[in-house]
Amino acid sequence: MINFFLMVNKQGQTRLSRYYEHVEILKRTTLEAEVIKNCLSRSKEQCSFIEYKDFKLVYRQYAALFIVVGIDETENEMAVYELIHNFVEVLDKYFSRVVSDLESMQPASSLEKP
Amino acid sequence: CHGLEQGTGVERRGEGVELEEAEGCKSKEAEIKRINKELANIRSKFKGDKALDGYSKKKYVCKLLFIFLLGHDIDFGHMEAVNLLSSNKYTEKQIGYLFISVLVNSNSELIRLINNAIKNDLASRNPTFMCLALHCIANVGSREMAEAFASEIPRILVAGDTMDSVKQSAALCLLRLYKTSPDLVPMGEWTSRVVHLLNDQHMGVVTAAVSLITCLCKKNPDDFKTCVSLAVSRLSRIVSSASTDLQDYTYYFVPAPWLSVKLLRLLQCYPPPEDAAVKGRLVECLETILNKAQEPPKSKKVQHSNAKNAILFEAISLIIHYDRWVTPPSGAPPALLLLLPPPPPSAPPVLKVAILAEKYAVDYSWYVDTILNLIRIAGDYVSEEVWYRVIQIVINRDDVQGYAAKTVFEALQAPACHENMVKVGGYILGEFGNLIAGDPRSSPLVQFNLLHSKFHLCSVATRALLLSTYIKFINLFPETKGTIQEVLRSDSQIRNADVELQQRAVEYLKLSSIASTDVLATVLEEMPPFPERESSILAKLKKKKGPGAGSELDDGKKDPNAEMNGGVEPTASTASTPSPSADLLGLRAAPSASSGAPPSSGNLLVDVFSDSPSGTAGLAPGTEENFLRFVCKNNGVLFENQLLQIGVKSEFRQNLGELRVGIARGWGESSCPIHRGDGPGELNVQTKAVEPLVEGGAQVQQVLNIECLNDFTEAPLLNIKFRYGGTLQNITLKLPVTVNKFFQATEMQSQDFFQRWKQLSLPQQEAQKIFKASHPMDSEVTKAKLLGFGSALLEKVDPNPDNYVGAGIIQTKALQVGCLLRLEPNAQAQMYRLTLRTSKESVSKHLCELLSQQF
Repeated sequence: MINFFLMVNKQGQTRLSRYYEHVEILKRTTLEAEVIKNCLSRSKEQCSFIEYKDFKLVYRQYAALFIVVGIDETENEMAVYELIHNFVEVLDKYFSRVVSDLESMQPASSLEKP
Repeated sequence: CHGLEQGTGVERRGEGVELEEAEGCKSKEAEIKRINKELANIRSKFKGDKALDGYSKKKYVCKLLFIFLLGHDIDFGHMEAVNLLSSNKYTEKQIGYLFISVLVNSNSELIRLINNAIKNDLASRNPTFMCLALHCIANVGSREMAEAFASEIPRILVAGDTMDSVKQSAALCLLRLYKTSPDLVPMGEWTSRVVHLLNDQHMGVVTAAVSLITCLCKKNPDDFKTCVSLAVSRLSRIVSSASTDLQDYTYYFVPAPWLSVKLLRLLQCYPPPEDAAVKGRLVECLETILNKAQEPPKSKKVQHSNAKNAILFEAISLIIHYDRWVTPPSGAPPALLLLLPPPPPSAPPVLKVAILAEKYAVDYSWYVDTILNLIRIAGDYVSEEVWYRVIQIVINRDDVQGYAAKTVFEALQAPACHENMVKVGGYILGEFGNLIAGDPRSSPLVQFNLLHSKFHLCSVATRALLLSTYIKFINLFPETKGTIQEVLRSDSQIRNADVELQQRAVEYLKLSSIASTDVLATVLEEMPPFPERESSILAKLKKKKGPGAGSELDDGKKDPNAEMNGGVEPTASTASTPSPSADLLGLRAAPSASSGAPPSSGNLLVDVFSDSPSGTAGLAPGTEENFLRFVCKNNGVLFENQLLQIGVKSEFRQNLGELRVGIARGWGESSCPIHRGDGPGELNVQTKAVEPLVEGGAQVQQVLNIECLNDFTEAPLLNIKFRYGGTLQNITLKLPVTVNKFFQATEMQSQDFFQRWKQLSLPQQEAQKIFKASHPMDSEVTKAKLLGFGSALLEKVDPNPDNYVGAGIIQTKALQVGCLLRLEPNAQAQMYRLTLRTSKESVSKHLCELLSQQF
C-alpha cells in the first residue's frame, strides 16, 4: 500500500503532500523533513529505495524536485518507481513544461542491472 | 486530490487578479492582510441578503479553498459548499465536493446533508456525478459515510449497467471503506461477481478490481479463491500480447506493467493452482516472463528495463512463494523450480532465487532446502557465492545445523549428484556430521563411505575439500581413523600429481599420526560463526575475509604452526563453474590496473598471511606499460623483477592464438610456481600442465591456447603463485591478448574503402580520438606499428599522402567485425587524429583506445 506521496524541493519545502493513512500534522512535518534529508544524502550511484522506519521510501529526482513515495512491504518498489515517472509524464501532458526537459532530468540510474 | 487540477484551471479566470495579488505580496504580514480582506469580503457576500447565484457561490467557495491551501485557517463556507453539492452543474458540484473533501467538518447536521447529497448523486445514473460522489466517499472515508454507503457500493460495482469509470471508482471506494471499517462491509453475493471483473475488457476496471480482491481475500480467502484461474488467464493474455494490443496500457513497450505486477501479487495470496490446465498456463506465463527478461531490450530507455524488471522480480517472488508449498518433506525437487528454463552461465534467475530465498526466508531450514534444491536442479549455474552463503548461514545458526547435516546426507544418496552438492555436503558433514552420527543409517563410517564414493568423480578443488573433511572426521570420530588413514596413505593421494591434493594428503596423514587428541581437537575445532553482515551475497566479492576463507582455509588459519600447513591457498574452483563470467552484478572478470580488487570469482585470492605484502592480489607494478608494448608486437618481456622474468612469444591465426609464457628463475632457493590463466568469458583459455618445480637459474614454459569467442575488452589474467624463502609470492599480470590480435589484414582498393567507410557512418560505429604524440612521429615506425597492430596498410587511398589508412577483419568464433581506420598526423602540432569505423560500437571504441596509446 502507498502510505504517502510527497513532492519536496531541495530546500526542504513540501510542495505537495498526500497521506493515505492518518498522520498527525506535527508528525507530518517531521516526517517530511527526515525524508528529504534521507534523499538528499544519497549519491547518484545509490539506488532509489531507502528503508526508513517501517516504510520503504521510493524517490525520484526531477531537477530540484524530489518525488518521494512511502510504501509498505506489499508494494513492488520498481513498479512504484516507474509509477512516479508515469505520474510526472501525465502532469507534463496536462500542464506542459512541468519539468523543462523530462529526458535530461533522468537520474543516472543504475537500476538497469538488477 | 481529485479534480484539484481542473478546479484551479477553470477558476483562474474568475478570481485570478485577487489571488495573484495575494501571491505577489512582499511580506507575510502583507499577505495576511490581503487574505483577511478577501475573507471579510467573502463572509459578507455569504451573509448578504441577496441569494448568490451558482457561479458566484462556486467562485467564493473555490477562493476559500485556495486560501486554505495557502495555509490559512477557514472556519466558514461549509454550508455554501454543501449547497453546491445539490447543483446540477458539474463545475459547481465539483467545487462543492472538493471543498468538503479537503475541509472535513464533523458537524452532524452537515454530515447528514452531505450524505444526502451523495446518496442522490449515487442514484442519479449520471456517471460523472456518481464518480464525484464515490471519490468523495473514498477520500473522506469516515465511519458515518461507511455506515451510510457500505452496502450500496458493492451493488453499484457489480450492476450490469454501471459504466466502466464508475466501476473503477466504486471498486477503489469499496477498498477504502473496507480498510477503515471492515466490519461494515460484509461478504455477500457480490463477491463472485467482483471476481469476474478480472475478465472485464477495460484494463482500468481490472486494475481496480485486482487491488480490491487482493485486500479482501486476505481475510476472506475462500470467498475469492476463484480469482486464481481468472488472474492467471488475464496475466497470460497480457504477457503474450503483441505490441499493438493494449495500446493505451503499454508503457515504454511493456504491456500493462503495473497490472501484471498486481496480478502476480494477487497470486501470492493463494497456494499454487491445483487444476492442471491453470497450472500449465501459469507455468507458461512465468516462463515467458523469465525468457523475456533475457531477451535484448526493445528500448534503451531505463523506464523500459525498470518496468520489465518490476514484473520479473514479482514473478520470481511468486515462484519462491510456491516453493514453500511444493517442497515435500522428502526433499524431492519442487516441480515449479523445474520450470526455470536452462539459463546461460551468467544466470540471473538462479542468483535472484538465491537472494530472494534468503531475503524472504522465514525459517532457515526452508532456506537450506531451497538452496539445496537449487543445486540439485540447476547445479551448473549455482555460483560459489550461493553455496558459500548457505554454508555460512548453517554455521551461524545452531538451530539448523542438524537439519542441514541430515538433508545433505540424504541428498548425497542420489546416484547422480551434482558436484556442488558434494562440496556443500562434504563441508557440512565435516563440521556437523556428529549431529546425525547417532543414527546407524548415518553413522560416521557410512558418512565417510558415502563421501568417498563420490571422491574420484570430483574435480581437484572438491577433492581437496573432501580431504579436509576426512581429517575433520578423524577428529570427530576416532573410530574412523584407521580407515581414513588408509585412504590418505594410498598412492593416489600422497603421490597425486596435483600439488594441492598431495600436500593435503601428506600433511593430514602426518597430523593424524603425531598430534595428540587434544591438539587435533584444537586444530580442527568447529568453525566459529561468521560475523553477520548487513548485506548478503551481494557484497561478498568485495570482502577479503569472505566465505572462501571459511570453506578451505579453516585449517590454515587456525593452525598455530603456519609452516606445517603453509602454502595452503584456496583452490577456489575454476573447474566447476563453467565460465568465470558467473559473476555477480556484471562485475568484470579482470580488474583495471588501478583497482586493487581481487579478480574474478573464479580466481578468488584470499589473503592467508595478511601481513605479507606480496600476498595481496592486484596487478603487479609496471605491467601496464609492458602490456601496452605487446599491442603491436607478439614477442617480448612481460614482467621482470629480481626473482624472475616472464617472457611471452605469441602467434595468432584467425580466431585462435598460442602463447608461450616462459618463466625464468633468478637465483635463490627452489620455488614451486603454480599458474592459472583466467580470462573474460569471451576468451577460451586452455593451459597445458607445467613442471611444478623450477630450479634456480632454470626456465619453464607454459603454453596457453586461446580461442576468441567474441569481441572483448578486458585482457585475461595470468596469476603466478610460488613459494620463495618460505613465503608465498603472488604475481598477477595481464596476458598480452588484445582483440586486435585476431585482426586479419584486408587489402582493398580506394573505391572499396570509401564505399565501406560511408556504410559505417552511424555515430556509434565510429570512434575518434585526438591526442598528443608520445613518441617521435617517424613514418616508418608508425607504419610498422600499424602492421604490427594487425591492420593492412592501404597505399594510395587517402588523398593526403601523409595520412595512414588501414583495414582488417576481427575474427571471433561468434562473429566477424570489419574495421577501417584512419590515422592523420599533424607534425607541426605533434598530434594525431585517429578514426576507427567498425560495425560494432564496442570494437570501435576499444580499438581506438588501444591504438591511440601506441603513438
